[in-house]
Amino acid sequence: MSAASPPTAPSSKSWTVRTRERVVEALPPEKLLPDGQPTYVASWIYVFGVASIAALIVIVASGSILALKGPAWWHYTGVGHFFNSIHLWGVELFFFVMVVHLWGKFWMAAWRGGRARVWITGAITFLVAVPTALPGYVSQQNFDAQWIATQAKDGINAVGVGAFFNVTNFGQMYSWHVLLLPVAVVLLVGAHVLLVRRHGVVPPFTIDDRKAALASSSAAAASPAPPDGSSSPPTSTGTRS
Amino acid sequence: MSVLASAVFNLNHPAHTVDWEFIHLSVANVVVIGLMLIVFLLAILLPFPGAARRAAARRGEGS
Repeated sequence: MSAASPPTAPSSKSWTVRTRERVVEALPPEKLLPDGQPTYVASWIYVFGVASIAALIVIVASGSILALKGPAWWHYTGVGHFFNSIHLWGVELFFFVMVVHLWGKFWMAAWRGGRARVWITGAITFLVAVPTALPGYVSQQNFDAQWIATQAKDGINAVGVGAFFNVTNFGQMYSWHVLLLPVAVVLLVGAHVLLVRRHGVVPPFTIDDRKAALASSSAAAASPAPPDGSSSPPTSTGTRS
Repeated sequence: MSVLASAVFNLNHPAHTVDWEFIHLSVANVVVIGLMLIVFLLAILLPFPGAARRAAARRGEGS
């Protein structure tokens, strides 16, 4: 075989080629791993998204260690108590910063500029994270877990999901907590981050654009109607920021 | 250690709650919600380190 032989051209029918082309088209490397962000991102309110991801990494790492060592370790050893506390406070911090992130993005109307899917994946992540935490509290293997489970069962049954989400069933709750729901949260966060990379961070509202929109709509309202009574064509209300 | 912690935080009582109409919250949760609001406001109001310098540099490039 000659070393100078040209490589064969990839077949356009290949699903791997089609997938690669679509992925690179949607997320070229300079978008996937950018070397800079717009100036407006230099604000504390933009910190809470990445703080949520940092907390999630701590939760997954500490949770993996807890799962490997087991309840006797996390209840009866000093190091076990330490990792148990790291896991708990990681969750507390995760929800704290995620809620602040959510508030910030809500008041920025972060779904603007074709970013609806970014907003939706973020909101669904929050909604899935709540039932991910609950089976953790009932999987502690202590009286606190029993109390929470017996308090939660009526609510869970009332919404009609108690048949397959039985909070008094430790094995089932442990599976939901360490595998099924965390995988869903991590996949949703991954999709959310990739969508942010694709569409870019939402810019702040610009006052000039709002002023121009208001001036334009005021001018349209003040202009006299044509003599034949026909309405004038709609005027632009300025750039939606 | 546990004796010391129990001396600081006496948990041997029912939770204190805030009740207003149908709203029923533990004081601990009210404190956390209040902290979130404070952090949210600070995040909006406090300047980010280096933000002004970066904005000035960006304006310099543009002119």
